[in-house]
Parts: sequence; structure tokens; C-alpha cells
Amino acid sequence: MSNEISDKGYFGIFGGQFVPETLMSALQQLDREFTAAWNDPEFHAEFERCLREIAGRPSELYFCKRLTEECGGAKIYLKREDMNHTGAHKINNTLGQALLTKRMGKTRVIAETGAGQHGVATATAAAVFGLECEVFMGTEDIRRQALNVFRMKLLGAKVVPVESGQRTLKDATNEAMRNWMSTSENTHYILGSVCGPHPFPLMVREFQTCIGIEARQQMLDVAGKLPNVVVACVGGGSNAAGIFAPMIDDKDVQMVGVEAGGRSMNLGDHAAPLTVGSHGVLHGSLSYVLQDGDGQTAEVHSVSAGLDYPGVGPEHAMWKETNRVRYTSCSDEEAMDALIKLSRTEGIIPALESSHAVSEALKIAPTLPKDQIVLINLSGRGDKDCNEIQEILARRK
Amino acid sequence: MKDNRIINAFAELKSAGKKTLLPFFTAGYPDVETTGGILHDIEKRGVKICELGIPFSDPIADGPTIQASYSAALDAGVTLQKLFDMVRSYRAEGGQLGLLMMVSYSIVFRYGAEKFCIAAADAGVDGLIVPDLPMGEAEAFAPLAEASGLCNVMLIAPTTPEDRKVEIAKQSTGFVYYISVSGITGERTKLPPETVAAVAELKTHTDTPVCVGFGISNPETVVEVCKAADGAIVGSAFIHRINDAVAANAPREEIVANVGQLVSELIAPLA
Ligand SMILES: Cc1ncc(COP(=O)(O)O)c(C=O)c1O
Repeated sequence: MSNEISDKGYFGIFGGQFVPETLMSALQQLDREFTAAWNDPEFHAEFERCLREIAGRPSELYFCKRLTEECGGAKIYLKREDMNHTGAHKINNTLGQALLTKRMGKTRVIAETGAGQHGVATATAAAVFGLECEVFMGTEDIRRQALNVFRMKLLGAKVVPVESGQRTLKDATNEAMRNWMSTSENTHYILGSVCGPHPFPLMVREFQTCIGIEARQQMLDVAGKLPNVVVACVGGGSNAAGIFAPMIDDKDVQMVGVEAGGRSMNLGDHAAPLTVGSHGVLHGSLSYVLQDGDGQTAEVHSVSAGLDYPGVGPEHAMWKETNRVRYTSCSDEEAMDALIKLSRTEGIIPALESSHAVSEALKIAPTLPKDQIVLINLSGRGDKDCNEIQEILARRK
Repeated sequence: MKDNRIINAFAELKSAGKKTLLPFFTAGYPDVETTGGILHDIEKRGVKICELGIPFSDPIADGPTIQASYSAALDAGVTLQKLFDMVRSYRAEGGQLGLLMMVSYSIVFRYGAEKFCIAAADAGVDGLIVPDLPMGEAEAFAPLAEASGLCNVMLIAPTTPEDRKVEIAKQSTGFVYYISVSGITGERTKLPPETVAAVAELKTHTDTPVCVGFGISNPETVVEVCKAADGAIVGSAFIHRINDAVAANAPREEIVANVGQLVSELIAPLA
């Protein structure tokens, strides 16, 4: 299988466990417990019940009739992860990890968050299972995502402001890892994407594959065939891995991952490590990263807080090098245009993150014949972004 | 690795029946010249081995004090090349301390692991501590360090299972770094009560010296850990001294002297 992982937690040459010794026993415990849980039919049954009753799965597959007509090419479908409870795909992963937390007998969870979607999804799962919850968030993101900060607090979570570095997702991740070093005995770290040390990239992918497993079957049911192209945005890479992995062996399905092109492709102006970065180690795994020549992590920028991250999951690095997935980027402006277009043609306001995937699909669809299919993973809804969108539109005038 | 300053220093300490203080400084904070001055000064005060923290943008194991000093050094334009040059100058001026670089694998990997070891050894470094390269990931790296004549000092945490502790001690060269607390670097007034016993237990399994770090900041805790350990590692307390002097706009000689004074206080009970 193309998405198998080595015993040591490597995808090809990427992955690993580059963490302080203090975290090793927690990671080894997690590896053991996840493997046992994932081989346990009872755990699967409970996870599936949670996905159904709490997340509201399966999410719909939606045909974009008007958008397809406007583009004048391939049929455009959306996998509606925006319809999940809490508004994004993140809930799939947090429900899985919260169940695992209970199974490990731990009583507290921590998480990092950028857009606040993963924080809200973690706070939600923590409330459902009666777990204490602390979410680390950069103060720049707290500013950009005030609504989600309020939601987390309403759900009973403590939001810990992070003042170090650029005060965004990378810095929140550092702080969560530091906190975990001294709390792992009673605390599980619910990492929000397919990043970090083994077993996180594998585990988070597995919890997100419900997206691709459903979408694959829904395409067969609705269209009688698989999509020609699947498009997903890539921050850490979890929604993309979730939809790609179950179709990775369907060789005729092309896959495109869309990173944040930001203001320009100069270092510091974007968050596109797979598009222009190089091999490097960040947050416990070897993958593609944005760094300077000395290995210092570069500054990043994206209009979408959820993509504003200098690293990416190691499995994506492998898919890039085996040419299984094509990675590209779209600019802040292009993402905004796509957001407006989808809102006006289909009545769906996508998250700024997901708008990057929409933008790329709008470039691809017109180049393909009408009998072909482009499937977009619409990872989340745009409600959380409305303040930010308002400000941007005001500036455009 | 016959002529390694770290290994030699521990051999001499052992035959003299002595324990030692291993100070940690952020290399290039507040500037490269001050770090160079500190190295010469503390050598006169009886220090044998010193750790230089290589500033990194995302140090996971470090508390706020060291993080802030890393950021300040990077903002002031410190680069790896400048730090290698500083060590080279220190050696050219006759400096004989055993020098370790504590450096993230992010930096080592980017430079090229083999190239990094060669460059560090060539500059006059004696050993490396790569805190995010745990046993399991260090297998390929250890021979590269050894080939350049560098010690590869590995870390043990209180959370490390017993059999793994012994295996790490076996693989570590120069000494073993025993982390006293499950958490980040930073000053604490007291050590966890189990530290000394855990170090004593570890020493029954290894002949490699064991040094204890994280949270040690006063002469009492230095004496306490050295009941079992071969050395006490102190970091954040020195960075605090430097911060205070920097905040007061003290000239370089004064920063060096303030740091030196704390070194003398901490090393005195071990004389
Ligand atoms: C709606 C949405 N999509 C995508 C992402 C990016 O994460 P990933 O690449 O892991 O899917 C986020 C992150 O916050 C998000 O909220």
C-alpha cells in the first residue's frame, strides 16, 4: 500500500520522532494505545457512533450546478465538511483522540490552534467526554479569530495566549508541546493535523479518512465513477490526507494539494513549504519546511490563520516526492475571489482555508471536458472568518 | 576519542575525587564578544566544561528565559558561522575549556549532519548535545559525531523507563545528561526529591559520568545533586544575571564579572 508507514514512523524518508527525551514515553504510550484501539472493533464502533451522532456524519456530497455552468468545464462537486458540527473537518480527529484519551485513562487534554477551528473542535470533544481542556493560541490569531476564542470559552475550555515568535500557529504548537512535557501523565495532547512526531501523522490521518472513504463511495453512487481530480487545501495537511488517503491507490484519480500563497512567493510572505520549501525538521518530524539557511524557521503569512504554518505533514512530503500528489499554492487575493464566487453561485460561504482549494478547482475545471469531475474537499465554513473578510473587503474598496 | 577535552576533564576530576559545575550560556547573547569574554573568565574560576546554547527560533525544551535569550541573539544577527568563529578565536587565544554545543537537530539537519560535526570539531568544539534527537533517531548521527572526535551527549528524563535509561547511558559519550524535572528549562528553588536516588541508581549501571540539569540555580541544589552526580548544569540563572546587567546598560566587563561572580558562588562548595 502506498500509504503504509515503517515501524519507526517514517513515510519514505519523512516523519520520525525528533522530540526531547521527556516526551518519548508519552509518544510510545500513544503509539501502543492507538495501535491497540485501531485494531479493536469496539473502539471503531464507538468512534463511528461519535462521528454519526456528534459530528453529524456522513457529510453530504454536493453538485455545484451553477458554478459548473459558469466555469464551463468539468463537473464540480463539494465534499461538505463545512456541514459538520463545529463547522470543519477538525471534529473528526478530536472525537477520535478524545476517545483515545478516555481509553488511556487521562483526564485532561491540550491543543494548539490557529484558526480556532481545531480549538473549538477540541473544546467540544472535551465537553462531550468531561475532560479538562486548555487550548494554546497565538495572540495574533486570538485577534483574527475572536469569535472562535469566545466559543472555546463558552464550551468550558481555557484559552492560553501565546506571545512568543510570530504569535501564530507555530508558536502555539511550541507552547502546547512544552506544556505536554510536564503534564503527560494525566494529559493527552490532541494535535490538530497530520504533523508532529510519530504516531500523530498516522493517527490523525486515520481519524480523518472518514472523509475520503465516504466521498469515494458517494461519487460511485452519484456519478457511477471516481472523480478525475480531487482538490484540498493544505495547512498541516489533515483534511487533504483525509480525502486523499482512501483514493491514493486509485491511480486514475489525480490529486492536488493547495498551500497558502499569501502576498507573494518571497520567503516570509506565504506559507507554502511543499511548493517552495526544502527538507527540514520542525515540531518533531522531518518533512518540508520554510527555514533560512541556518535552519531557523522562517516567518510565514496567510490570510487564513489555519494555513499560516511553516511546516507540513510528512506523508505529504512523501506524496510530493513520489509524484502521487501535485502541490501548488494560491494567493490571498485568489482565495478571497473564490470565497465570493462560491458564496454567490451556490449560497455557501467557505472558510478562507477551504477557499484556497476552491480557487485551484476554478482554475482546473475549465480546462477539462464536461464529462470529467473535480471534487473539492470543502474543509470548513466561513462564519469564523466574517470579521476578517469584512476588513479585507473594506480595504479593497 | 582519546584527546577529547570533556573526557579528559572528567578523568582528571575523577582521580581528584571532585565534582564539577557545567555552566550553560546562550551563545552570542547579548553578543558574541561577551560570550567569548565569559569563556575566558569562567575558565580562570575553575570551570572545566561549558555548554553553549545555539540560538534557535523554536526551542521546544526551553523555558521563557532561554527562549527570550535565543530570540534576542537571533534578532541581533547571530549566525552559526559567527558562533563557530567565536569558538575558533577562543581556542586561538589559548582557551582550554571543554566546550559543548547544545543545538537543535533542525539546525544540524539543515547544515548537513556530517558537515556540522566536521565544522564544529574544526572550530574547536568538543561535544554536542542535540536535545531533540532521542535514542531511536540518533543511530545514524552518533558515528558522525565520533568520526569528528566529538562527544554525543544524550539525555535521560524522569519519564524515561529504567531499561531505556541504561541503554541511553550506554550510547551517550562524554557524559549522560540527566534531566531533573519533567518539563522545560528554568530556575526552580528545589529539586524533585527522587532525583538524587535516581542518579545514584543510574550510576550503578554505567561508568560514564552523569550530570544533572534543568532547574538548578543555587549552591544548595548544586551540592544536593552532586551527592550522586558528577556535575551540575546551570543555565537560566546565568541568563538572568546577564539580563539584569543588560537591562542596566552595564558594559561588557561588568556583565562578564557578574556572571563570573555567580559561577564562583556555585562552584565554591565543590572545590
Ligand atoms: C476549515 C479549515 N481547513 C483547513 C485547515 C488546515 O488544516 P489541515 O491542512 O490540517 O486540514 C484548517 C485549520 O485550522 C481549517 O480550519
